[in-house]
Amino acid sequence: MSEAAVTFRDLTLGYSSHPAVHHLSGEVRRGSLTAVVGQNGSGKSTLLKGIVGVLKPMAGTCQVASNSRIAYLPQQSELDRSFPARVVDLVSMGLWPKRGLLGRYRGEDRDAVASALGTVGLSGFEKRSIDTLSGGQLQRALFARVLVQNADIILLDEPFNAVDSNTVGDLLGVIKRWHSQQLTVMVVAHDLDLVRSHFPETLLLARRPVAWGPTAEALSSENLKKARRFDEAWHDDAPWCEPAGHGGHVDHGHGHHAHGLNHSKAGSAGEPERSPIQAA
Amino acid sequence: MYDFLVAPFVEFGFMQRALAGSLLLSLSACPVGVFLMLRRMSLTGDAMSHAILPGAAAGFLLYGLQIVPMTIGGLVAGAIVAVGAGAVSRFTLQKEDASLAAFYLISLALGVMMVSLRGSSVDLMHVLFGTVLALDDAALWLIAGIAVVTLASLAVFWRALVAECLDPLFLRSVSRLGPLVHFLFLGLVVLNLVGGFQALGTLLSVGLMMLPAAAARFWTSRVVTMAALAVVIGIVSCLAGLLVSYHAALPSGPAVVLIAGAIYLVSALVGTRGALLARVSHPHRHRTA
Repeated sequence: MSEAAVTFRDLTLGYSSHPAVHHLSGEVRRGSLTAVVGQNGSGKSTLLKGIVGVLKPMAGTCQVASNSRIAYLPQQSELDRSFPARVVDLVSMGLWPKRGLLGRYRGEDRDAVASALGTVGLSGFEKRSIDTLSGGQLQRALFARVLVQNADIILLDEPFNAVDSNTVGDLLGVIKRWHSQQLTVMVVAHDLDLVRSHFPETLLLARRPVAWGPTAEALSSENLKKARRFDEAWHDDAPWCEPAGHGGHVDHGHGHHAHGLNHSKAGSAGEPERSPIQAA
Repeated sequence: MYDFLVAPFVEFGFMQRALAGSLLLSLSACPVGVFLMLRRMSLTGDAMSHAILPGAAAGFLLYGLQIVPMTIGGLVAGAIVAVGAGAVSRFTLQKEDASLAAFYLISLALGVMMVSLRGSSVDLMHVLFGTVLALDDAALWLIAGIAVVTLASLAVFWRALVAECLDPLFLRSVSRLGPLVHFLFLGLVVLNLVGGFQALGTLLSVGLMMLPAAAARFWTSRVVTMAALAVVIGIVSCLAGLLVSYHAALPSGPAVVLIAGAIYLVSALVGTRGALLARVSHPHRHRTA
């Protein structure tokens, strides 16, 4: 069985012919806990959308290991909080992969929802309307939905935004539990201190991949400086990105080599070693 | 009392048909209205009701006051506007509200032009405002068919419709039904508006769809209850509207919609969920936790 949960091969994702993630190659190892960091517009959310299949690649491929179940937590802003739903309705949406459009919810499903709510500290909130929840409570409920999905790849888009430190601590506890269960977890985050303390691996994006590997190396000051230089603006007249020789690409707009990053897996027991980061 | 409330429906066949037609319409159009409102597309219903006009008018001009050609024409025009507006918003920079406005305005003007080219203002009034008191068997069967299709679709796709409103990106991550559900739902909107125009006309059929839904929002915070309550409000509006129309010799369509409008205004004032009176009567009263 392959060690890769997700494999990117020269992946480019974007909107209206402009790349948001440009020529990303590498593997997300099974059981890894990876923070995805970068400035606004650097392609973090886009990458998660690409993995979950909501956004189709413009070029290259994004391959998810067969038989994997993905749980995806979009940003809170994607959710319509004025919709008349109770916490239990929101969390029960996580049963979709199991029950689909028409399957009846059974006793075990209700137990799973109750247990997930207990795990995130929302027992007793079942019948609360979601428009009465605080930002932190809503995020806890959304984590409960992820728990109910019972997936083996978990993608969380900015789960710590507008959430107090107490809630962040509890949610990190849930994430660490997933990690200890050998689930593959990718989390978009902005707080670099939090990433350094809690995430073993980091993918640093600036539309193109800048660094990917053990967090301390990926977030070196040199890499962060590179990431900051990234130009957020789209250029309507940017030259077309044509395949260059040797199967690679050259991004004329930013002048980086596009072979991306080699993210090799190791053979030794325990935490795999990583090859050095090969950013442009 | 009997003479006022029951006798008109017992003694006159046209009142029985009007009652049956409007009850069936309430059953199917009101839940659709609830979802339109929850998707913040309340005005889309209005736009679509204008959009079906040229199709209905074309059927009317070619075949006279016949339910089948007018319905098919309305469906085709509604589908063209929905798909056209959807395509412009998907493939160009423009958002769907602007493209839908553009398409329905073109459609409406075209419809008025077509009716006035050949018909009289009476014809135009009929297409615009309908008459529930002149429902024939074909129209009743059509409305019944639409109610069955709508209720069956809602039952089957309920979970997807709720997910599509609440968290569309999540739905897309677990299922490919998202875009399908969106277009199926627009299809139901067009279908119910077309079903309604024979009875209420193109302009008022959206009233029976939206007003009970908007009123129900002030009484409950659960979608199932809201849909059921909207149906009840729709039925009450139809019953009361028909009676008022019969006894006071007023046009039936506007009477039904005005009753629904009155229920909406009362709900907005005294409803239990975020209505006006509760907000202003005890602004400082609060619980301990």
